[in-house]
Amino acid sequence: MSIAAKANALWEYANPRKFLATSERVMPFFWVSSLACIVVGLVWGFFFTPDDYKQGSTVKIIYLHVPAALMAINCWLMMLATSLVWLVRRHHVSALAARAAAPVGIVMTLIALATGAIWGQPMWGTWWAWDPRLTSFLILFLFYLGYVALWEAIEDPDTAADLTSVLCLVGSVFAILSRYAVNFWNQGLHQGASVMRAAAVTGADTEEKVSNIYFYPLLLCIIGFVLLFIALVLYRTGTEIRARRVKALLARERVNG
Amino acid sequence: MTLTVTDLAIARGGVPVLEGLSFALQPGKALILRGPNGIGKTTLLRTLTGLQPPLAGQITGAEDQIAYASHSDGLKPTLTVVENLTFWASVFGTYEIQPALDAYALNDLSDRHAGNLSAGQKRRLGLARMLVTGRPIWMLDEPTVSLDRNAVQMFADAVRTHLGQGGSALIATHIDLGLDGEVLDVGPNKAKPKPIDDFDGGFL
Amino acid sequence: MIALLLRDLKLAFRAGGGFGLGLAFFLIVTVLVPFSVGPQSSLLSTIAPGVLWLGALLACLLSLDRLLALDWEDGSLDLLATAPLPLESVVTIKALAHWLTTGLPLVLAAPFLGVLLNLPVPGFFWLVVSLLIGTPAMSVIGTFGAALTVGLKRGGLLLSLLVLPLYVPTLIFGAEVARRGATGMETQTPLLMLAGITAATIALLPFASAAVLRINLR
Repeated sequence: MSIAAKANALWEYANPRKFLATSERVMPFFWVSSLACIVVGLVWGFFFTPDDYKQGSTVKIIYLHVPAALMAINCWLMMLATSLVWLVRRHHVSALAARAAAPVGIVMTLIALATGAIWGQPMWGTWWAWDPRLTSFLILFLFYLGYVALWEAIEDPDTAADLTSVLCLVGSVFAILSRYAVNFWNQGLHQGASVMRAAAVTGADTEEKVSNIYFYPLLLCIIGFVLLFIALVLYRTGTEIRARRVKALLARERVNG
Repeated sequence: MTLTVTDLAIARGGVPVLEGLSFALQPGKALILRGPNGIGKTTLLRTLTGLQPPLAGQITGAEDQIAYASHSDGLKPTLTVVENLTFWASVFGTYEIQPALDAYALNDLSDRHAGNLSAGQKRRLGLARMLVTGRPIWMLDEPTVSLDRNAVQMFADAVRTHLGQGGSALIATHIDLGLDGEVLDVGPNKAKPKPIDDFDGGFL
Repeated sequence: MIALLLRDLKLAFRAGGGFGLGLAFFLIVTVLVPFSVGPQSSLLSTIAPGVLWLGALLACLLSLDRLLALDWEDGSLDLLATAPLPLESVVTIKALAHWLTTGLPLVLAAPFLGVLLNLPVPGFFWLVVSLLIGTPAMSVIGTFGAALTVGLKRGGLLLSLLVLPLYVPTLIFGAEVARRGATGMETQTPLLMLAGITAATIALLPFASAAVLRINLR
């Protein structure tokens, strides 16, 4: 099969009926495997890795914190990609997938923020610090809220899809800008103290600095979260497709009634 | 410039309302658009004006030729009659508003704020706006609402003059204007529902 | 284009145009700050640049929901969309008119309000400079938000929810310039970033605003 033909075959899944049939077939695999990965990863991480010499057992919240934070960002990236597909190719499933993913992204962001706060309390002695990373996630949360609110506010589904897609594009640019601005802002404020604090945060936050004992269960959790995200988005997209169809049928009923 | 519409299908709020619509509007001619309420006359006018994309079909000869009068007149209540007209004249690059004031007997009202006009006077001002656009094709959506008999006559005269100068007009109206225009009844073009088992059709 | 700008300015200055509301709001917010944080002049002079920036931002936000909604309601927007003027120019002019009637007065009023908050002397210059560079971006971003929500009833609250996150970079760099200027630190880096963001939003965002407006008009 040539590349062009393959690409064409891929677009077939943009057909709502084909999407539903396929997603229903593969969804059980994603549910089971994500559950397995997360359970094994968490049990391994919580009970079979040693406490950190500095952080004690608090380090183990990493198994929820890091995967959730990763998915919070990846979810937005997925929404950006599907929004672009909608704007360029007008596949309804694509727009609905973006709509379906947003609440999942909100929950992931909230998990990342909450676990971060719970972790921060024993580590930095405070529930909340205006650390660049935490602040960026808070801003990301605000972007998600605006995106979902816009979807909810507009009645006509195609208009809503168009407007939210443009908002997602523009929002992405501003989210990246905000990330750099926040980095600059906090360092600019507390030059001396932030080096220590940034090291304390980033030291535990990036995989490079996590030793191997913690890394493998963490990797398992991350894979589990990715699979869980896919399963949730497939499931929710299916719901959106059905809701959309019901709405369209009702509208037709009104017109032809 | 002839406005030609071929096999046009249009939708309102994602639901198809009219389909298979074909007609031509020649210079010097008027077309009276008829059809029951809710059939999609306003949607058709907005589509021809370019405010919304058609579902299917071609529209030729419409680009930058159309002046559109919707239900609302686009007037600013705190600007005077002259200021309102002058603004639209300069947006369309014509700058000459006196003929428009004359045609709709607005000279006596020229310094009044648009907010202080009666509904009929506002409508006259809104219709006078069509004259300052300098565009050859007029799209008029129920232009005679709230006009008295005298003002309807002014409007009919203005359209006749416009047609005489090689312009054309598509008018959605239910009253008889005394214009010798053909009638375009869109009733038969009501969109038929697609077969219900077409899943993708359920999206439209 | 000039006609549209002149009309919008005329409308703003006529009765009921809402000119001055933003200014009054800015004044009131500034006056309320000492009531809420206490009258110590040392504290006030520390927070003055940030408070004034936030006040200006909120005052800017206040008038956004009128920016396009009035033209939408009376049908002018439909007519403008069919006019020979490209919609990109229309939204740019609208943003410019908003800046001239809201942003610029805020910039000019800020030094006087700075006195109320014990703004340190070197801070006045940088406050005005940063607001002068930052407020155009706020008008342009606000126009995008107004275009997104123009067809909605009660879109005002949603507009704030959409626009405020987009204001974050401008606020951060703008207030940073003012804050650094007030304490005598170098201001070049944040000033350049602020100017860059303003220039980029003015250059690019009108296209997004016009696209969004077209979607809302159909």
